[in-house]
Amino acid sequence: MTNRTKLKLAIGLGATCSGCDIAIVDLAEKLIDIFNAVDVVFWPTASDQKLEEIQQLPEGSVDLCFYHGSIANEDNREIAQLLRKKAKIMVAFGACACHGGTPGLANLTTTKELFATVYGKTSSTDRSEPKQPLPDTPVREHSLHLPEKFDAVQCLHDCVQVDYYLPGCPPEVQLVDKAIDAILTGKLPEKGATLAPDRILCDECPREREEKKISRIHRISDTIPDQERCFLDQGIVCLGPATRMGCEAKCIKANMPCRGCMGPTARALDQGAKMIASIGSVLGLEGEEQMTEEEVKALMDQIKDPVGLFYMFTLPSATLNRKSIKK
Amino acid sequence: MQRTRLIKIDPATRLEGHAKIHILLDKKGDVDQAYFQVVELRGFEKFCEGRPVEEMPNITTRICGVCPWNHHLASAKAADAVYNVDPPEAAKKIRELGYCAFFIHDHSTHFYALGGPDFIVGPGASPLERNIAGVLKKVGVETGSTVLKALRYAHEIEEIVGGRAIHPVFAVPGGVSKPISESDHEKIQEMASQLLDHAKHTVNVFEETVLKNKKHFEMVTDDVYRLKTFYMGMVDEDGRMNLYDGDLRVVDPEGKKLAQFEPKEYLKHISEHVESWTYVKFPYLKNIGWKGLIEGKNSGVYRVGPLARLNVTDGIPTPLAQTAYEKMYDVLKKPAHETLAYHWARVIETLYASERLLELIQDPDVRSTNVRTTPTTTPKEGVGAVEAPRGTLIHHYRTDPEGILQAVNLIVATTHNCPGICMSVKKAAEGLIKGGRVDGRILNMVEIAFRAYDPCLACATHTLPGQMPLEVNIYNSDKRLTKRMKRL
Repeated sequence: MTNRTKLKLAIGLGATCSGCDIAIVDLAEKLIDIFNAVDVVFWPTASDQKLEEIQQLPEGSVDLCFYHGSIANEDNREIAQLLRKKAKIMVAFGACACHGGTPGLANLTTTKELFATVYGKTSSTDRSEPKQPLPDTPVREHSLHLPEKFDAVQCLHDCVQVDYYLPGCPPEVQLVDKAIDAILTGKLPEKGATLAPDRILCDECPREREEKKISRIHRISDTIPDQERCFLDQGIVCLGPATRMGCEAKCIKANMPCRGCMGPTARALDQGAKMIASIGSVLGLEGEEQMTEEEVKALMDQIKDPVGLFYMFTLPSATLNRKSIKK
Repeated sequence: MQRTRLIKIDPATRLEGHAKIHILLDKKGDVDQAYFQVVELRGFEKFCEGRPVEEMPNITTRICGVCPWNHHLASAKAADAVYNVDPPEAAKKIRELGYCAFFIHDHSTHFYALGGPDFIVGPGASPLERNIAGVLKKVGVETGSTVLKALRYAHEIEEIVGGRAIHPVFAVPGGVSKPISESDHEKIQEMASQLLDHAKHTVNVFEETVLKNKKHFEMVTDDVYRLKTFYMGMVDEDGRMNLYDGDLRVVDPEGKKLAQFEPKEYLKHISEHVESWTYVKFPYLKNIGWKGLIEGKNSGVYRVGPLARLNVTDGIPTPLAQTAYEKMYDVLKKPAHETLAYHWARVIETLYASERLLELIQDPDVRSTNVRTTPTTTPKEGVGAVEAPRGTLIHHYRTDPEGILQAVNLIVATTHNCPGICMSVKKAAEGLIKGGRVDGRILNMVEIAFRAYDPCLACATHTLPGQMPLEVNIYNSDKRLTKRMKRL
């Protein structure tokens, strides 16, 4: 039994909140079975193997790598590239690795602006002697180095080739479970596939949808939603029509609209564009022809911060994905 | 000729970019400075500008997947304040109820998987044993499986209340998104009773393994792990512990009250100092000022978290935790400066959170379906604070009249503790490095000092089951690596 070749698994991380690690730990009892079939060769959050041990492994000798977090600095890129070389199968694990995640909203600004705010404008920062973190700070004859933050957050596939995507923030336990089963039994789909159903969330949503035309957009702060009816029918922006299913509609069941953490389906590469189309088809359709441009604009202006709302988890993977363009 | 040396301690996790420890030796080979360096910045304070304030409870959970609940609730409270809306009693209690389950989960994980192994298995045990597997061996399989079951229950309550356990979604400005159903109520009540048993048992495990073990107890009170600082934590209107709401109280190193204020007044009391060698800022008490990384009454350094909360409070409002609290201060002088007493305080708080959870689920208010007040005023500015497992957490938002964020300020628990962590690391190093001789035990000692804070730098370099692996690299003045010591 012990002599059987076990699957070698690496869990790598970039710019992450570690919620993905917790999602793996959440497999709980299942973990024990998995660890019987799998050797974890690298998991810095939970075990103690060193990077240099990975460096010494032959290329392709790691069977599977789950990588979570986005690529936001030099260190992140280095780890991703190293693990890609060693791993036969590279899985982008979670929203940040798949689509850039919420911290990808940093692409709406630049590192310079970000520093100016965090180390200057924020209300509790001592501005008596203005200072900012530096790449290298001399102390005596030594130097303390800080990895430089990239001007734009990237998805894993911007940096290395990705074999499979496991989306969600964090990925739901049953999806992780299924993915591991598929890998263990060799029943994987074609490379490049997303390991979740390729249908929209509305297809698993328990709410009733009438596809009503809406003329007023509500914010979640100004209305108490009915628990049975479709959010969009009630005028509340819900990213269901632009989002892949597989999360069991957990937020919706908690009476909160979808914010799109699973990313788009394979047919709609840009989640925000898909959402604009979905909203466009229901918003103020009746009597639209008679509306003046101002009236149409006023209608659309009801959606506050469409970029932040429609790309809350996917901005770095969008068609237009950053404020700062590399020279 | 070798002049100064730089010792670098890298948790393996830092290789993926979160935190590093550097110790700089002077010409004599004694400790000159210690640097606890955070090497990653995501910049939530900037990119949250322009977002609608009601989306913030769901955006800011992504600061940390290990402790998303405190961000979710501090954010919701800040949004309540921005809209000047007071949620119905039921909503506040439902928020606090879910929060108690999260607290039990987070504190227990730390006690059994992270910090606990130092005591339960023992600081002298082989690193191979000083992990959750070692703990399970020591406490027995039966206890071990009870602990795992408790963690699962806490998680289930979090999911029922919050919609999801990791990155909950239920808190909205003015309340929560849904009431607790009758069937869920029953389930929670059942699990809450079991969680109280778990917490009682955890306190026993601590007493057996630490208090009744002379060697372990001596370690707790060892001077290497003492740090005299100010303390900050939340208290209710009676001056007693509360994790979800209340005033912030600061006591000096002698335990005298320096200040007590509503969280919205925090800018009068706290400021943050910037250093060029780390991405994290160093908070300090404005009244005292930033005097650098030094101890005592004349330094503005303060600490937060479980020990700080017990040090500032007049008592705990639940009976079993109150007894445990009194017992602690029978043994340690209040305020306790023993950094390792953070572990002790953590188990007492686990007991408090369990008692409070049971109290809340039995409260008729949480059965109410009136769980939201819709805001009617023009949004403006607000501060929300809670006690996160690792200490005080402050969210501060300013919006335009449409509720779109213009300015965001966040001070997270581990940030408050960063000066203290730097100093604890330095102190442990001073105890072990003399005249250039580096004692091999420095790995354990620095690790033990560092881990007492349960530092969370995603908020965190958050390590899960198992010990934090360390590596000490000693460089001579030519920056050539002369010695490398590794744990495992």
